[in-house]
Amino acid sequence: MKIAVSATGNTMESRMDQRFGRAASFIVVETETMDFKAVDNAAAASSGGAGISAAQMVADTGAEAVVTGNVGPNAMNVLKAANIAIYRGSAASVKENVELFKQGALDKIGTSGPAHAGMGGKA
Amino acid sequence: MKLAVLSGKGGTGKTTVAASLAVTLGNVQYVDCDVEEPNGALFLNPEIKHVTPVSVPVPVVDEAKCIGCGACAKACRFNAMAVVKGRVLIFPEVCHHCGACVIACPQKAISEIEREIGVVESDADGFFLQGRLNIGEPITIPIIQQLKRSVRNDIPAILDCSPGASCTVVQTIDGCDYCILVTEPTPFGLHDLKIAVSLVRKMGIPFGVVINKAMREDRSIPSYCRKEGIDVLMELPYMREIAENYSKGVLPVCDGGWRDEFVRLYDRVRGGLAS
Repeated sequence: MKIAVSATGNTMESRMDQRFGRAASFIVVETETMDFKAVDNAAAASSGGAGISAAQMVADTGAEAVVTGNVGPNAMNVLKAANIAIYRGSAASVKENVELFKQGALDKIGTSGPAHAGMGGKA
Repeated sequence: MKLAVLSGKGGTGKTTVAASLAVTLGNVQYVDCDVEEPNGALFLNPEIKHVTPVSVPVPVVDEAKCIGCGACAKACRFNAMAVVKGRVLIFPEVCHHCGACVIACPQKAISEIEREIGVVESDADGFFLQGRLNIGEPITIPIIQQLKRSVRNDIPAILDCSPGASCTVVQTIDGCDYCILVTEPTPFGLHDLKIAVSLVRKMGIPFGVVINKAMREDRSIPSYCRKEGIDVLMELPYMREIAENYSKGVLPVCDGGWRDEFVRLYDRVRGGLAS
């Protein structure tokens, strides 16, 4: 199964980024093989609609689930429309979060956090 | 004569100065361009007679024609659209009404509908004008544009800006003949005054400074202005009486004898324009 983890860098050792729309990058991982690919989040610095654009990018990767911290309302709508499940990760590396996901230890997020929570460099 | 009142920092006294000028001069138009929080009406007590809705065009998709290619979302510079599982999602509040998606759609599946974002309100004769953005709406510019279309040319107009020095202020002062920069003797007041000064200089608009809450012991603003060759048009002192009156919606010109000072302020503005 292909999952996308919001990340502060572009390796499996990078920490998960608590922000979704303004995450530095997404690590797209094939959970069976642990093969991964890092994609830069071009939306991170945009003045508005970052979550929408990030969700579009994640959907375009073909990921079936997202592991992240907080997802805003607009991004949530795009991910839901794309039928992508959202899981709340922990403040650890991408790799550790993928392991937790595989063990079924991460909670599913069904409701969005507040809009604009990731703006101004806040985590 | 179009006269804009701006400040950079919020709460320095833009509305106090703009509304006091309007009351002092009499036959002028007052235009409240702080559309996110217009408050000039609290002091001028106009009787609102006309309410005109302000709308913006936003895209709608004809699903029968849409093939889900995603060209619209790619064309959107503002991330207002997404296309997932062949379906277009539109986020109208994020849209900047540029129409690029309409042009980009190869199927001609996108058209535009009007969406109301606020209103322009005025009294019977158009002496008082204010814009009001609906709560939750992020984009102010179309309301300011609508306000400026209603600015009268036959009498002087005083445009009360929003705080800051961003697009809303740029839109408001564009085309104005003179800018009054209202500031206060605090580090923040001076910091934002410098930003406002660089804005009006860049736009090539003549300007001068009014110091509100002025204190004899803090000369930071006058010394900055002297160094920069900027006219200080007026100083309103830091006085409990002025603040108390403000809290009751009473301008200094209505009670306290500041009227003559504001007459002189306007003379200096005109002098600044003549020189």
